[in-house]
Amino acid sequence: MAYETRDEDEMRLELCEILVPLAEFTLDLDLVIENHAVAIVGPSGAGKTTLLDLIAGLRQAKRGRITLDGEAFCDTGTECFLPARHRRLGYVPQELSLFPHLTVRRNLLYGGAGQHNQESVFSMEHVSKVFELDSLLDRQIAGLSGGEQQRVALARALLSRPRLLLLDEPMANLDAVLKQRILPLLRQARDEFKVPMIYVTHQPEEGVALCDEVIVLERGKVAQRGKPRDIFRIEC
Amino acid sequence: MITEDWQVVWFTLWAAALSTVAILPFGLATAWVLARHQWPGKLVVETLVTLPLVVPPVVTGLLLLRLFGRRGLIGGWLHNALGMDVVFTWRAVVLALGVMSFPLLVRSARTTFEQVNPRYEQIARTLGAGELRVFFTITLPLAARGVIAGLVLAFARALGEFGATIMVAGNIPGETATLSLSIFQSVQLGKDPDAYRLLAVSVGLAFAAVCTSEWLMRRAMRMK
Repeated sequence: MAYETRDEDEMRLELCEILVPLAEFTLDLDLVIENHAVAIVGPSGAGKTTLLDLIAGLRQAKRGRITLDGEAFCDTGTECFLPARHRRLGYVPQELSLFPHLTVRRNLLYGGAGQHNQESVFSMEHVSKVFELDSLLDRQIAGLSGGEQQRVALARALLSRPRLLLLDEPMANLDAVLKQRILPLLRQARDEFKVPMIYVTHQPEEGVALCDEVIVLERGKVAQRGKPRDIFRIEC
Repeated sequence: MITEDWQVVWFTLWAAALSTVAILPFGLATAWVLARHQWPGKLVVETLVTLPLVVPPVVTGLLLLRLFGRRGLIGGWLHNALGMDVVFTWRAVVLALGVMSFPLLVRSARTTFEQVNPRYEQIARTLGAGELRVFFTITLPLAARGVIAGLVLAFARALGEFGATIMVAGNIPGETATLSLSIFQSVQLGKDPDAYRLLAVSVGLAFAAVCTSEWLMRRAMRMK
């Protein structure tokens, strides 16, 4: 079956003069992200998850403006704040946050997957097939392995047909074998579903395999940005 | 048991059940707001909600009598606008039971709402869910056992209510007489066997309710 794909695959995310006081430092960012897949790297506590939460609308900046493709997500100057539910972003947090009281199917359908027609790459049928979830649909979350839960979380985020995918260390809790299974799925999400992604990771090989650009965050500030191979050659 | 006893038992169960159902939406809303939001003056609201647990029940009853009497702020309006009387009717019993058991429902529900990881609610919002949908599809199901335990506890408290009820509803046989009020009246009249019979029923009902609540709370804790 020939699936109807997403039209746009480029995005422009602007974070202007963002200021968020944290416990030990202040997140202070002023950057534009235009590449299709961007890795955010940095030591623990550098502000990476806070950055994703800001973009997703799960926390507010003390000051600054965030826009995606020209649409204002928040602007403290005009007191504009678009709630998370209207931003249409797919967020896969590190702990996955699959709803434990729902089956795999109901987790997948939570973001409104039933609204897409069957020819869309974002249809339940196609996404289940890509992520090999057909046999898991009626299972409870607690009964799934780590890798299966990872696949469900990625599929759930994609099924909401997001404008941008926010992935917070999605493979941090997986062993090397499972990583080798999940990495091609992420690549497929990037290439076939054409959803731009911001990918927080500690692992250079994940950044090299998936991303066009790497941004290094240190104590709330951009310390470096560039092509993955350039950055990781220096880092490693 | 004699017919009058059954009538009292059924009326008490019915009034306790109705009051528990009536406080459910307000109790859940209060518990959720207290669990999920911070604002200046929150402590005052927390104290007010808990107050019926600690002030003498007759004080609460007296306040209700003043508020809901025909010359009271709310009772006067109800009488004039709707022709409805509250005090010394079954409505006063339900009102007193609801007010007295409200803090127990709120405390129990609030604790379980606080135990629900807010990250689930946040991720539901990123998936397009509004606040009501998040509450009814994520927060409430994950807190269900604790909420049910709170409801059972509130029901048990309502079964045994005495002080506020006698102030605002009196003790009218066949009209407002509950188990506690009937036990009190039997003792006053020297009818000890009647009092002990109702006492046994009262203890049995309370035991079953508290036991159920404890069991549900333990299961809720094990689910975390």
